[in-house]
Amino acid sequence: MADKKTLTFALMDAPYENPRSTTAMRLIDIAVRRGHDVNVFAYEGAAALAFTEQKPHANAVHGRDVDEEDHPLPHRWIGALLGAAAAKGAKIDWVNCGLCVDERGVNQAVEGTRRGTPGDFWKFATESDNTLVIPTR
Amino acid sequence: MEDRTIAKYLLIESRDPFDSNDVAHWHGLARALVAEGNEVTLFLVQNGVFPARPGTHSAALSAVADAGVEVLVDEFSLRERGIATTALTRGAKASPLDVVIDQLADGRKAMWH
Amino acid sequence: MKVLNIVESAYRATLEEQDDTIVWMTHAMKGAGADLSVLLRGNAVNYAVPGQDASGLSFGGLAQTRPPELPQDIAKLIAKGVEVYVVEDDLEERGIAKDTLVAGLRPVPRDRIAALLGEFDQVWSW
Repeated sequence: MADKKTLTFALMDAPYENPRSTTAMRLIDIAVRRGHDVNVFAYEGAAALAFTEQKPHANAVHGRDVDEEDHPLPHRWIGALLGAAAAKGAKIDWVNCGLCVDERGVNQAVEGTRRGTPGDFWKFATESDNTLVIPTR
Repeated sequence: MEDRTIAKYLLIESRDPFDSNDVAHWHGLARALVAEGNEVTLFLVQNGVFPARPGTHSAALSAVADAGVEVLVDEFSLRERGIATTALTRGAKASPLDVVIDQLADGRKAMWH
Repeated sequence: MKVLNIVESAYRATLEEQDDTIVWMTHAMKGAGADLSVLLRGNAVNYAVPGQDASGLSFGGLAQTRPPELPQDIAKLIAKGVEVYVVEDDLEERGIAKDTLVAGLRPVPRDRIAALLGEFDQVWSW
């Protein structure tokens, strides 16, 4: 079993726009399964990843109803990751940049995430073992 | 004479040279870091895996490996694009994404492109 | 901990945000005590070109009153004590003369970037 570390990620992409969001989730999932603590600073569009008003839909092109389509919702992924971390005795501290939340109107966020500022990101970075910034384009 | 500590770098490449001419600069940085005496892994992910399939840009990727950079290619991104892990360009090796977490946990200076 | 922020993505949402959000965040983190430097590369080297004017946007009669002032923001970072490097080759390729830029920048040739990275504990590429 790997030594427990604390890893920080900065994310910027909004949901459904770029594979970077999914790759970020993959990385966080691996870190959680390894038992590491994870900090996430969700900046810019990424502040909408935890928005609980995301809703699934059917897919008429493929003839699937809502249940059959089972459309991914990033806020559910985040909720599942928070739960998985807790079950492992690890923690995810997920901070949504407050100004980014306000300008996008995505105030309803997954329970267990919180609002914050760039000062929180700097604190994460200085108090963790390593930081990976996943930028947007 | 002062001992120079070898630093370890993880360069993650998510862009591909068919779409971005900046990939060549990232390859150049990887090679320059090795030339400075550092250990460097170049980890290809998402569309960044396209040059790992033998084609127009794969020779440049092999040259990066020849320069001493460890070139790893995300297995999931390869499978997602139907690229066989057994048919990658010389010097590129398929790898689980777990390596990124392990190298982050190991303290490598990590940059995403 | 010394960190280098590499700013490469340029003019991405600067009109809507009225800032480059990474230059802005660098200001904010510096204010929170961060030891940060900046490297402008790619199209972001253009942030150091004076005389930019993004004023005059109006949609349905609703005017933007605070357009971004990117070179001024770079100058303010330098005034705050942030070392701001700029890649010389990227300037040259874009036809930008070094002596026309915001004062106080630190030009670095592309082939010295690897050595520069070695001076920092972490490098964040935006």
